Amino acid sequence: MVAQNIFFGVIAAAMVVAAIRVVTTKNVIHAALYLIVVLAGVGAQFILLAAEFLAIVQVIVYIGAIVVLFLFGIMLTRAPIGQEHGLDNPWRGVAVLTSLGLLGALTWVLVDSFSDEKVVEEGVDTTIVRASDIADSLFAGYLIPFQAVGALLLAALVGAIVIARRD
Amino acid sequence: MLLNQFLLLGAVLFAVGVYGVLARRNAVLVLMSVELVLNAVNINLVAFGTQAGGESAALASVFALFVIAIAAAEVGVGLAIVLLIYRNRTSIDLDGVDLMKG
Repeated sequence: MVAQNIFFGVIAAAMVVAAIRVVTTKNVIHAALYLIVVLAGVGAQFILLAAEFLAIVQVIVYIGAIVVLFLFGIMLTRAPIGQEHGLDNPWRGVAVLTSLGLLGALTWVLVDSFSDEKVVEEGVDTTIVRASDIADSLFAGYLIPFQAVGALLLAALVGAIVIARRD
Repeated sequence: MLLNQFLLLGAVLFAVGVYGVLARRNAVLVLMSVELVLNAVNINLVAFGTQAGGESAALASVFALFVIAIAAAEVGVGLAIVLLIYRNRTSIDLDGVDLMKG
């Protein structure tokens, strides 16, 4: 448990620093690269929580596909590579106040509600989620939502092509 | 491991994402901040699932998979809209997209 806590602390610190850099850096490409650090950290947290299949999906879909999509978006909108001013709007103070207020409220509620609950109680084995368990619930209880998500992805694909093509 | 450490990490990522959505002017950076928010939600889902154990752990993974799929669709359509805005206005400054202002 001690080793897990140390790994959690290191990864969480890296994730928070990278997340703050994503929203504050002046370089759009660097924001995408810092986003990779955050997403990989989320995958590592999934492994700590014994959800290995989800960690692999996180790496393949987020880092493999979505970040590449972001990089294409940055290059197609011809953002200058390098320092750029005017990435933030004039109401940064309001945004800082809002997010700090939100963080304070969430922290208060979480500490109040779950102050000493453990992820896995002492002496109880962690449930390791296997891909077969996920397949069982995906193709039994959640078959229709699964098909709906497939249809949604197809619709999003067609919609994206229709919106973005030149005609 | 305490449950709260994962939930608080999720809360921090959520707050940072909200800050990004509010403070950024570049549309692509706003979409990146939305991804931060969605990942915060996924960490919470999986942490609660692992704590519940048994059948619920797999269900939490299923829900997180749905969130990942929806996020992929959202980025695809969002970037297409950003490209269209760029083509029409040669800028992706969100403060300039005020055609619906009365």
